[in-house]
Amino acid sequence: MPSLYRLIDILLPYEWAHHVFMKNALLGVLLVAPIFGLLGTMIVNNRMAFFADALGHSALTGIAVGVIIGMDNPFWSMLCFSILLTIAITIVNNANTASTDTIIGVFSSTAVALGIAILSMRGGFNKYSVYLIGNLLSISSTDLIMLAIVLVIVIILWTTVFNKLLLVSINQSLASSRRINVNFYKYLFTLTMAVIVTISIQWVGILIISSLLVLPAAAARNIAQNMRQYHIYSVSIAIISGLSGLILSYFLGTASGATIVLISAIFFLATLGLRFSFNN
Amino acid sequence: MLHENIKKKECVTCGCGLCCTKIQDLSVTRNHIEILKDVDLHIHCGDLTAIIGLNGAGKSTLLKAILGEIPHTGELTFLDADNRHTRRPVIGYVPQKLDFDYGSPVSVQDVFAAVHTNKPVWFSHSKKIRERAYESLTSVQAAHLINRRLGALSGGELQRVMLALALDPKPDLLLLDEPVSGIDNNGLKLFYKTVSDLRENYDLSIILVSHDFNLVAQYADRVIFLNDKIVACSGTPEEVFSDQKVIDAFGMKIIKPPGNSGGADN
Repeated sequence: MPSLYRLIDILLPYEWAHHVFMKNALLGVLLVAPIFGLLGTMIVNNRMAFFADALGHSALTGIAVGVIIGMDNPFWSMLCFSILLTIAITIVNNANTASTDTIIGVFSSTAVALGIAILSMRGGFNKYSVYLIGNLLSISSTDLIMLAIVLVIVIILWTTVFNKLLLVSINQSLASSRRINVNFYKYLFTLTMAVIVTISIQWVGILIISSLLVLPAAAARNIAQNMRQYHIYSVSIAIISGLSGLILSYFLGTASGATIVLISAIFFLATLGLRFSFNN
Repeated sequence: MLHENIKKKECVTCGCGLCCTKIQDLSVTRNHIEILKDVDLHIHCGDLTAIIGLNGAGKSTLLKAILGEIPHTGELTFLDADNRHTRRPVIGYVPQKLDFDYGSPVSVQDVFAAVHTNKPVWFSHSKKIRERAYESLTSVQAAHLINRRLGALSGGELQRVMLALALDPKPDLLLLDEPVSGIDNNGLKLFYKTVSDLRENYDLSIILVSHDFNLVAQYADRVIFLNDKIVACSGTPEEVFSDQKVIDAFGMKIIKPPGNSGGADN
């Protein structure tokens, strides 16, 4: 860790980069941005933006459950709850009783309501509001190691099973005809998503996590013509908006997560403009 | 019953030295509703079997059950020339309408690479995989589409790309689900021409779900009429199109005598 800090001091000899929390946040962004950039490509392909949102919201219930059990750090209860929610949504969705967005909406709002009801029971909801906005500047060096492990896992997944995930996302019947176990890969992807959303929620915040997941990929889609370009653009946009958003938030005194989302949104608008000008 | 006669004839031809695909007692029940009941099919290599039926008769469900996408009871076996069980058949599938995200930045090359290799398509495409895709596409006159986005293809182009994809590796059984929908007349002719070339050049069985009775009459060796969950009648196009149940279901006017069916080409 100290050698990494020294490297940052050499590369970035600026006042803002002197603080340890900024160094950690910087490294955190460098780890989170590629994770979100990669994951986002598949979330957008699978039209799961709303599901990502629901996962984020369910974290609130996970925290509430943790509080009831009396956990100091609600991470594990959050993780368990989001995995349970993922499985429940997938099972109900496979039963074809209602459209996917209705099902996700029902589960998501029920989970949020339950979470708010429990957390506000003794009038102490305010101390949990950090989860709503998130705080990138609170990343510790142990958190960084966990993020690094997550990034490695995502990269391993993306190099071993990406093609299968892609075929399943294009058309399930087509994937079945290729002997791909569609349900296995659907669960694999949604559970990966659940774990990553839960891990990142304390830094990124419940309210904006889905935007961070979706925006870089959505922007990349506007200009990409194939999967390679899609990934290069998505990861680049995620990293560039992550770094510039973090630095900008330091000088403006704004919440870092929200600033990053705003810059990603500018990328989206810019690429949308490019797309229209290509088409005309 | 016509249906019974056909079944007997199949059993006799079983030892004819051709490979075949057998579907026995296939039933599908979803949400406690029976969609298909005791479907028996016996398809020889080189045969084109057309499935017709009203909307909701279970045509697409049958294809999905054969693909293994939805649970079913009954057996699906592929027998080689000596009438021995060999392996699960290699199935090529051309979906009715590829329901996918048209804005997705996935190129034709990406899809071929994703099917043929585990090397992630976002990384790069090896020369071998590129050549293999190019060859497949050339066989359906679609080589020029290799770098195009899947969502930017016309209905006919997409159909041919899907056909090329279904033909590599060479399938034992080719499932074509209403390949004529959303295609202009030229694309349609090209598609059917490619399909009939396939039958002559390769040893494969084709199951085709279609609404176009003129084309069915012209190209199919056998026709199966699915009605109310079961195979209501089956046989040659002439037999099926003169069956009272088929006439009752579709009305007289759609079913033209086979002699006129050549008109579909013009």
